[in-house]
Amino acid sequence: MNPAQRLTLFLLMAPAILWLGLLIVLPHVEILVLSFSQRVAPRVYEFGLGNYLEFFTEPLYWRTFARTAIMSIMVTAITLVLAFPIAMYIARVAQGRLKAMLLLLCLLPFWVSELVRTLGWMMLLRETGIISYLLRLTGLASQPVELLYNDGAVILGLVYGGLLFMIVPLANALESLEPSVVEAGFDLGGSRFTVLRRIVIPHAMPGIVAGSIIVFMLTVGNFATPVLLGGKNGLWFTEQIYAQFITRFNWPQGAAFGILLLLLSSAIVAAGLRLTGQSLGTTLRQA
Amino acid sequence: MFAPSMSQSTDLDLVNVTKKFGAHAAVNDVTFSVARGEFFSILGPSGCGKTTLMRMIAGFEHPTSGDIRIRDKSMIGVPANRRPVNMVFQSLALFPMMSVGENVAYGLTCRGVSRAEADERATRMLERVGLKGFGERRVTALSGGQRQRVAIARCLVLEPTLVLLDEPLGALDLKLREHMKIELKQLQGQFNTTFAYITHDQSEALVMSDRIAVMNQGRFEQVGSPRELYHNPATPFVASFVGETNRWQGEVASASNGAVNVRLSSGGTLHGHGNASQGATLSFVRPEAVALAQDASVLSSLPNRYEGRVSAVLFDGAASSLLIKTPGFDQPVRAVLPQAGPLAGIEVGAAVHLGWTAEAMKVFAA
Amino acid sequence: MNRPSILWKLYIAAFYVFLFAPLLVVAIFAFNASPFPSPPWKGFTLEWFIGNGSVFGKPGVLMDPIWLTTIGNSFKIALPVALLAVIIGTVNAWVLERAEFRGKTLLAMMMLWPLVIPGVVLGISILAFFSRTANGLEDVLNTDIDSLRPGLPLVILGQLSFILTIATLIIAARLRKFDRSLEEAALDLGASRTRVLRTVTLPFLQPALIGAGLVALLMSFENFNTTLMLVGSDPPLPITMYGQMREGATPAINAVSLMLMLGVGGIASIFALTSKAQQ
Repeated sequence: MNPAQRLTLFLLMAPAILWLGLLIVLPHVEILVLSFSQRVAPRVYEFGLGNYLEFFTEPLYWRTFARTAIMSIMVTAITLVLAFPIAMYIARVAQGRLKAMLLLLCLLPFWVSELVRTLGWMMLLRETGIISYLLRLTGLASQPVELLYNDGAVILGLVYGGLLFMIVPLANALESLEPSVVEAGFDLGGSRFTVLRRIVIPHAMPGIVAGSIIVFMLTVGNFATPVLLGGKNGLWFTEQIYAQFITRFNWPQGAAFGILLLLLSSAIVAAGLRLTGQSLGTTLRQA
Repeated sequence: MFAPSMSQSTDLDLVNVTKKFGAHAAVNDVTFSVARGEFFSILGPSGCGKTTLMRMIAGFEHPTSGDIRIRDKSMIGVPANRRPVNMVFQSLALFPMMSVGENVAYGLTCRGVSRAEADERATRMLERVGLKGFGERRVTALSGGQRQRVAIARCLVLEPTLVLLDEPLGALDLKLREHMKIELKQLQGQFNTTFAYITHDQSEALVMSDRIAVMNQGRFEQVGSPRELYHNPATPFVASFVGETNRWQGEVASASNGAVNVRLSSGGTLHGHGNASQGATLSFVRPEAVALAQDASVLSSLPNRYEGRVSAVLFDGAASSLLIKTPGFDQPVRAVLPQAGPLAGIEVGAAVHLGWTAEAMKVFAA
Repeated sequence: MNRPSILWKLYIAAFYVFLFAPLLVVAIFAFNASPFPSPPWKGFTLEWFIGNGSVFGKPGVLMDPIWLTTIGNSFKIALPVALLAVIIGTVNAWVLERAEFRGKTLLAMMMLWPLVIPGVVLGISILAFFSRTANGLEDVLNTDIDSLRPGLPLVILGQLSFILTIATLIIAARLRKFDRSLEEAALDLGASRTRVLRTVTLPFLQPALIGAGLVALLMSFENFNTTLMLVGSDPPLPITMYGQMREGATPAINAVSLMLMLGVGGIASIFALTSKAQQ
């Protein structure tokens, strides 16, 4: 490489290096360092594990953390089960225009802001909302019913938000399965269930992994849905980070929480990839 | 001017051109000249270095050593967009974002020709290649043959010294390819432009070219007219690569003044011509040089005479041939199926006499 | 497996009802002549779009300076984000697809990284890093650099941090499909390098550039998690909506949402049309 080519390459790489360096790498180094500094006196900080100790000793913190992790896994599983028949229908039953339309209809709601979707659910579920109103109108309930501000509402909202990110990779994966392979499965005497379990699901595995990882990451990192649909009972870990940073202005504690959330999300993603032998690059491309 | 007389009428001269990728020489010490108005082909199997050679002439690769001269001007250090050479790409590389007319006018506008004049000249060029009124169409809406003509028109409109063609017929189906061979040759004659054509298809090269260079493993094996290559191959590679042929391995039994007697490992004895004087040999005979007869006496004047039995009839119209299982040869002898006369209806299993002259058989040291 | 059962079809139908119910509810109640976004239906009105506040005490979206400012803020963020995402994304795509250098795989992996970082974490890390930088510079220069504090510039940077990955992926995918002999052909016909870029390469990339720009625009408009951490006194739409939803809002929020849906629908159709025209 001559000097002119070297310079050109350098100039072309400069935006990427600035982007990744200033907006990703250094900020993460910053919160990592921040998370290890504990306050010993007003405006005096020193190195220490205090913020992490605080996390393990204060039940509210680690319980919220565990709750976020467990509920995210549940949401991912529910989303997968709900999305599979839809993806199957789009990929293997619907043809031509119907197929294109079903997929497009799936995409549309997800291009609308998360806040708008959540607003819709709030209007449907709250005490003065539409479902409560309809229940009273039809005589199924005698007084207003509060469906909002419970775990069910939070899970509903999160599943709703994750569906698309599950359906698209699943449908892509199922699409590539040769119909003749499925027919051969039946021809050799397989029942519907055997064919599904032995042929269809293994083939769709890359899509299942991709979809699950994305849904999990989006769910764990979600903020608005659990806060708005769960209210005081929402108790999502991102809310704790927000509280430490913005409300209490205890940045070191918030940074430690941020690192923990990052570790949780990376660990589950890595475990998912390891279990199924997929790579991150191909998985993201699948999505 | 004191240019050497040899190059006064040449458009392209390559002098000892070598191109190395690492330790591998893709093009190894190649020297040749192409005369003005000539249709020159480089024929070779894939991977022989012909594409690299062509890309060096176009300016997309740079020779490790040697010189490339166009009309006596060295092209070393001249970038691709300043060379008086235009190329028809294997994929044709028509610009899909432009109309047919814009494709043809592209080079002219690059030269600073005004939009109006470029359009006008493009329109005239399209007329000359038989695409009158196609200027507004999208290139994706054209047939294979039409796309081909657009690609050539796009080069010819620039009146280049030399047009390079990189296997442009490869993507066409057989019928169209046969047609385009003739059309290309006619276009070249009509515009009287020098064409350098590379291909792995010997029939394309033989039909269209004034001269052909046969290339193998980075080197030129032989340069000559199609007839010379076909009838007087200089190397075993040329003999087997150009045209159909019978090929036998054997050993020199005796040799004098170019006449060689060969003993095959399978027992037969052959009489041919060549430069081999001792040791292992390869002998070649064209199928059409093999004379057939029902009666041995008809062939009595031939030095090579045998008797065999037809093992297969490969009917392919004018290119039909017979495989004849012949004692003394480890593989059947291939001969042209007679289309008239007593042998026209010959069937598998029939006994037949065969023979050829010593001149028809080329013997090379292996 | 080929003939779907009635049950399956019913499930599909129910799914699409489930998918659109919240959006439909939001849209319909934008026209309810009531001061609250809830049933019963009290008649049709456009008051929540264009009313000046004389009927329900609160103005409609297009007459309310709070909503108008917040919509303006969204554009002030989304337009620079989209523009920068396209420009930098193109350069990144070029590096990924055309350049050869050691560490390229590492760089490619790094570029994917932002997608697996929770948005809230991206937000706090950028907030913390830029605050430290601002504090450091303040000590040295004795002036506070406002643009490093929460506010529009920081929101733009925060959103870019992950939108750039998406833009790069979209443009690189298109660049990968480019037949490089087209560039050689243009050079061969006498074009200069810049002319080749202008007349051949960029026109080929154009659909991806438009697509990446539109996707960036939409993602910026929608982004909540990262923006929440970096926002100053100029909140964009999702932040204002969040605030209003917590406090209890008028149907004006439905009107904003409906406008947002129509806007997104419009952009999505442009996107669909350009990608179809390309095929």
